[in-house]
Amino acid sequence: MKKIIESIAVPVISVVIALLISALIILAIGKNPIEAYGKLIHGAFGSQQAIIDTLIKTTPLILTGLAVGFGFRAGVFNIGAEGQMAMGALMAAVFASNFGGLPPAVAIPLTMLIGMLAGAGWAAIAGFLKAKTGAHEVVTTIMLNWTTTYIASFVITGPLATGSGTPKSPEISTSAQLPILMRVGAMELSAGIIISIVAAIFMYVFLSKTTTGYEIKAVGFNPYAAEYGGISVAKNIVLAMAISGALAGLAGVTELMGVHHRFLGELSGGKGFDGISIALIGQNNPIGIIFAALLIGALRTGSNEMQFMGVSKYIVIIVQAIVIFLVAADRIVKAIYARKKVKA
Amino acid sequence: MDDLKKDFKQERHEDYAVELIEITKKFPGVLANDRVTVKIKKGEVHAIVGENGAGKSTLMNQLYGLYRPDSGEIRIFGQKKVFNGPRDAIKAGIGMVHQHFMLVDTLTVAENVVLGNEPVKGLNFDLKKARQEVRELSEKYGLYVDVDAKIEDIPVGMQQRVEIIKTLYRGASIIILDEPTAVLTPQEVEELFVIMRNLQKSGKTLLFISHKLNEVMEISDRITVMRGGKVTGELITKDTNEREIARAMVGRDVVLKLDKAPHKPKEVVFEVKDLWVKDNRHLDAVRGVSLQVRKGEVVGIAGVAGNGQSELVEAITGLRKVEKGEIIFEGKNVTNKHPRILREMGMTHIAEDRLKHALIKPFPAYYNVVLGRHYKRPFANGAFLNHKEIKRYTTELMEEFDVRPRIIEHLGGNFSGGNQQKLVVGREIKAGPKFMVVAQPTRGLDVGAIEFIHRQILKMREQDLGILLISMELEEIFSLSDRILVMYEGQIMGEVKPEETTIEEVGLMMAGKRLEEIRGGRNEENN
Amino acid sequence: MRILSAILSIFINPQFYKIALTAATPLIFASLGGVFSEITGVVNIALEGIILMGAFTSVVFTYFTGNVWIGVLMAIVSGILLALLHAWGSIKWAGNQVVLGTAIILLSQGLTGFLMEPIFGQPGQTNFVGKIDEITIPGLVDVPFIGQIIGEISPFVYIAFGCVFFGWWLIYKTKLGLRMRSVGENPEAADTLGVNVHAIRYFGVIMSGVFASLAGAYLSVGEIGQFKELMSGGRGFIGLAAMIIGKWNPIGAMFASLFFGIFGAFSNQLQSLQEITVASNVKSLFDTIPFILTIIVVAGFVGKSRPPAADGVPYEK
Repeated sequence: MKKIIESIAVPVISVVIALLISALIILAIGKNPIEAYGKLIHGAFGSQQAIIDTLIKTTPLILTGLAVGFGFRAGVFNIGAEGQMAMGALMAAVFASNFGGLPPAVAIPLTMLIGMLAGAGWAAIAGFLKAKTGAHEVVTTIMLNWTTTYIASFVITGPLATGSGTPKSPEISTSAQLPILMRVGAMELSAGIIISIVAAIFMYVFLSKTTTGYEIKAVGFNPYAAEYGGISVAKNIVLAMAISGALAGLAGVTELMGVHHRFLGELSGGKGFDGISIALIGQNNPIGIIFAALLIGALRTGSNEMQFMGVSKYIVIIVQAIVIFLVAADRIVKAIYARKKVKA
Repeated sequence: MDDLKKDFKQERHEDYAVELIEITKKFPGVLANDRVTVKIKKGEVHAIVGENGAGKSTLMNQLYGLYRPDSGEIRIFGQKKVFNGPRDAIKAGIGMVHQHFMLVDTLTVAENVVLGNEPVKGLNFDLKKARQEVRELSEKYGLYVDVDAKIEDIPVGMQQRVEIIKTLYRGASIIILDEPTAVLTPQEVEELFVIMRNLQKSGKTLLFISHKLNEVMEISDRITVMRGGKVTGELITKDTNEREIARAMVGRDVVLKLDKAPHKPKEVVFEVKDLWVKDNRHLDAVRGVSLQVRKGEVVGIAGVAGNGQSELVEAITGLRKVEKGEIIFEGKNVTNKHPRILREMGMTHIAEDRLKHALIKPFPAYYNVVLGRHYKRPFANGAFLNHKEIKRYTTELMEEFDVRPRIIEHLGGNFSGGNQQKLVVGREIKAGPKFMVVAQPTRGLDVGAIEFIHRQILKMREQDLGILLISMELEEIFSLSDRILVMYEGQIMGEVKPEETTIEEVGLMMAGKRLEEIRGGRNEENN
Repeated sequence: MRILSAILSIFINPQFYKIALTAATPLIFASLGGVFSEITGVVNIALEGIILMGAFTSVVFTYFTGNVWIGVLMAIVSGILLALLHAWGSIKWAGNQVVLGTAIILLSQGLTGFLMEPIFGQPGQTNFVGKIDEITIPGLVDVPFIGQIIGEISPFVYIAFGCVFFGWWLIYKTKLGLRMRSVGENPEAADTLGVNVHAIRYFGVIMSGVFASLAGAYLSVGEIGQFKELMSGGRGFIGLAAMIIGKWNPIGAMFASLFFGIFGAFSNQLQSLQEITVASNVKSLFDTIPFILTIIVVAGFVGKSRPPAADGVPYEK
């Protein structure tokens, strides 16, 4: 029990400090932070519709959190979840608009598979370059993110353009759309939430029970020792990036199949980057990631209501930035925690 | 316990260059220095002797200002001093030649010497003056260096001379030499002693930190012995001997040589033919090495660090590319094959740098113990690990190899050095190999752990394993090997049997002379 | 054939070279900043965020004071503050420098986005607030060809080159520079000689903040006179790539930045050629070129050029 408390102390305290500092920023622009946070909580949990909305927002965040967290376990920093998510959704959208003739039992897994493969392949490029040349995956995946943005823009304003207004792809066939679990008002919670929880279970089992999970962890902790122990470092780096990318691609494809039903520019909308703070808050642990995703999902949902009193949604990004900073330099929080323990 | 303290005449503070009085220093979990008192006379060569972990380095680091004592007093030439950092110690006239050289590889000799005390001309760094001053010091004290060469390009002996010039540049009158001979051939050691005597003649006081008793006997005037953080002996060199020092170092009579069964080698299990390997800077590190190892024998490779041994080991164990030549294991060509294949065929490897290569610090002991065989039965069934069997095996191994503490969940990084090595040795031996590569197996370990590991190696030899031993400790090579090869600049200088050679002969090979030259030359002398 | 001669005509147009220089300018600042930080051993990917914050801050203060140069000055202040934050987390608390850099980028994006409405009353982008005009150098501007390139150009270009030579002199000709290099290669060795490793690293990181913020100031008040969301556009990362190609040397980084600038200018000029007609959305594909180029360059060069040995490793006794 003590171990659990110790391991969640850093992320929890980091979140608290981040919210406090953000409260100061809200104060600085002349708004009342207590009122703001009140609206935040109400917007996230204040009604059945709000709760469903929060869960809808949480679904892809669990997956991008798993993607980034899995990468961290393997010693790679996958900032590219954003682009991999978009690529997964894009590729799936390209094909899934033609799946009208297939039954859902075939169309749904097939679409998911395409999305995961697209995300995996996109990430594997960075993984391969890192394994072969040592190119830092942060630089390459960010470059790939930008590349995805422009490729997607090209596709939905050109070959796949549909209708007028915001550029978007054609709608995917109904057989490729995820079934709805719950409907409250205008909010529809799709089966995507179940997919993301299953993915979390998969990550847990994979990392703690399988030989490949052992190898990936070994490579993440000490690639020299791993190689010495007969583990192929190159193969595992590429594999880890591919699995990470597959999870991000799955995030994109569940958004496609469960929410938007077509590809739009804002489909990924920062969720890949959210994955970074989620992985860090969740300490790269599947259960922690689920909770962290719920937190960020709640913040994002609640911030819509907060906007009406003039506090920009960007505050959520600021909160995340502070959390990432404090978790990365975790000695800061540990020093505070130690001092509190001594006083107690 | 048999403390040996001889009576010193009462002398005044000013006769002493250095007085360390009741120095105590504690780190989390270990009392490194326990009320240590050492007094060093002006102009003497004073040796401080002890095993790894005895507290000598900690003591010297406080003298050099890198740490502050928890309690106790330091006096330099009679004056009480408090050092807040190396700058203070340097100002007091203390210089240190570190065991692991404190040199910046990409900068030149001159730049390294003046770093921190650079001559300036206006706003600029006066490189010309720096070069001139270093050259002058080099000539004055007979320490030959190339002032414009980059550190990464010069040999180890010259690097050490640069370290010494660094101290002289800052006007050191007290020079600490921390294990200076670890990286030198026997001949280079003699050259160092000549330099030391010259420095002594020009009025310097020298502190010589070592665990090599024969050298201590040769060069020092007085000896302080430490064990477990305390002073256990104060000796005058000309009145003592190696056995007495060893007893104060270890606390009991030391077995200096283990029993070895006679040499009965069987067929060749491992062979290397004309191997060429490059180092990290794309220069040839191994240049045409050939050797054979038979079942039931220990082949020792002696040589000073940096002559290609590390690259040879890495090539043999599949961690480095072979440019030319062949590696043959049980008759099959395994050149450039991945470590996994080599392990499957029955080769294991006790790595030189256990923390970097052999152990995964954040993994618990039971994960570390199956590294290399984690995917095979009984540790895995198909894709899944068999945690129950892994844990059972680990308990068994820790018992057999006396690893402490006996907690299988204990993280690899939390074991002490000796226990980490026992874990690694246990893992590699229990894998049941046919051939083992053992590199620097006892570096940094205390006598008890060293004895244990030597016994294990000899046991494996009796069980018909082929063992390739690479070590920089000549005593270890001599006591364990059936045949000794000496490596210098990537080539084998000669092969001898320990009972048919001398330290001097091996030393000459380590310094670059081929066996034929040495023995041929001797024949000519005798004629 | 017509297409070939059209392409070649790009190279005889002095506008091409001018565009290359101005495109390279923010990269020169960014890569120089990267050099200063990494040569002392601190990895600083926060450059992207510092550039963005510099662009924003210069517009904000130009808006309030009406004086563009005060805007630039305050941009430098913002760069120093963000760099200090990165330095504090990396050096004092020995945090993971790559993740910390990411945090700072996010913080910058969050703060700039958050403050848009309260300050300017609208999201997305500001109106025109003021711009640093090109300066004309009498005499130089009349020189044929060359004069059309550098005779009438933003002063930032000259400042950038000046900074490069200042950086080169500081790092290779002064004792501070010697200490910076030693601290990045072997901090322990420097420490044993009494060099203050942490202080030198703070200096390196703070200077990287100064230069990166100048890159940002140029992008906003130096070129278009306004701020747009995310206008740093990946330049912090391209600057890091230039630093790697330039082997962590200010002059090398400058040449690498010019290379990227030339490539960007070429792609830009290619799109406006009448002989090559492309659909407007294909233009998006052209925009991917600098990023793909960076990937190729980083992958190709990383093995060959060696960073400072202690780069990214916190120093602790």
